[in-house]
Amino acid sequence: MTARHAMPAGDRPGIGPPLWLLAELTYRCPLQCPYCSNPLDFAQTRQELTTEEWVRVLRQGREMGAAQLGFSGGEPLVRQDLPELIAEARQLGYYSNLITSGLGLTEARVNAFRDAGLDHIQVSFQASDPELNNAVAGSRKAFDQKLAMARAVKKAGYPMVLNFVIHRHNIHQMEDIISLCERLDADYVELATCQYYGWAFENREGLMPSKAQLEKAEAEVKRYRERLTASGSAMKLIFVTPDYYEERPKACMNGWGSLFLTVAPDGTALPCHSARLMPIDFPNVRESSLHSIWYDSPGFNHYRGDSWMPEPCRSCDEKDKDYGGCRCQAYLLTGNADNADPVCSKSPHHDRILAARKAADHATAGLEELTYRNADNSRLFFRG
Amino acid sequence: MTELLEQIPRLRPGFRFQWEPAQNAHVLLYPEGMVRLNDSAGAVLKEVDGQRNVADIVATLEQQFPDAGSLEGDVSEFLKDAEQQHWIVFS
Repeated sequence: MTARHAMPAGDRPGIGPPLWLLAELTYRCPLQCPYCSNPLDFAQTRQELTTEEWVRVLRQGREMGAAQLGFSGGEPLVRQDLPELIAEARQLGYYSNLITSGLGLTEARVNAFRDAGLDHIQVSFQASDPELNNAVAGSRKAFDQKLAMARAVKKAGYPMVLNFVIHRHNIHQMEDIISLCERLDADYVELATCQYYGWAFENREGLMPSKAQLEKAEAEVKRYRERLTASGSAMKLIFVTPDYYEERPKACMNGWGSLFLTVAPDGTALPCHSARLMPIDFPNVRESSLHSIWYDSPGFNHYRGDSWMPEPCRSCDEKDKDYGGCRCQAYLLTGNADNADPVCSKSPHHDRILAARKAADHATAGLEELTYRNADNSRLFFRG
Repeated sequence: MTELLEQIPRLRPGFRFQWEPAQNAHVLLYPEGMVRLNDSAGAVLKEVDGQRNVADIVATLEQQFPDAGSLEGDVSEFLKDAEQQHWIVFS
């Protein structure tokens, strides 16, 4: 999300309102993408929130000032109450985004969602051709369905946003991907290199592009972007490169508990959709109001401010810029979420990033060797 | 400049302009993004309705802000910038 101006004060000094609410409606999904950001043990999730519970969450969020709303998952389309939730969101004044694989979508549903007040549908693709797309998604018919739905979305008058998750097995397709988006008349194209959380962390060695692959892709995107500008195209290309090739960490989520509030399918409230993997007790919307969760819960206050920071962050003059990077990444790579994000070259654990880069230069694993995100594989993670 | 005055600006499809009490500001919402507008940007975009041309919008704003003098330059500059940002289109 773009936030060009200083954010206003919320109900507590120093804590602004949650302007972005992500509603992860379900972990159910017909696809099995090996880079899914859902938790590894998603299959043991307790009962999903009911329609009434979601409506309450939406109302409380809007009252606090949330303006952007994402319906995500899993595949949010498997929720039969989606039209009802969309209508409620519109009536409350949210700008609502549906983030979908396109599977389970029909032209009739695309139109019904528009009539209910949905603002935008983002369709995700896995590649620019059916073979690779379907192999990554673990579904034989996914690609054609996605194409048909992308066209239906455009036809219904929505802005078209296409999302491609980029990794070492499709990063060579950059030109083909952008050209496909141009043919579909996309307004926005997100080329998002995998971020290594959830299933993507598990599969990192098999997903992370090498430095050489990345540089080639960046050059291709740059060339294409210049071509688009020259032709007066309004298609906007966003290329998210992996932070594993940076020397300074990203300002993850614009700071912990600063703008973003995620509600997981079972009602667990999180400062980001990956935070569930951390050994922190996060509150649940079934037990507390969103207001007390955001402003008062220990989980959301855990990494606010900078008094929690150890060195090298504590005395670093860039700590107000990147907040020490990503807490989930610090936890996954060092075992302690307080540590500096190892992406930072000042981190004593930066060698772990260097090792991952080195591994990416020599990786040989094929797609078939990745652990695909499905309920059977998920059960292995919580049975141990 | 004359040409621009006759053109009719409207928000691009997928963009929504609204007042946000929690931010005490007008905002522009679009796919997965939000721009918080300052007072003058909010005042101009509030008049962008896809019906009236730039000259009408300038006239309306000059009525609203009689002490501000001629607004043609500022409003035109802002709208051209908004077009470059792909927030609005002219027809």
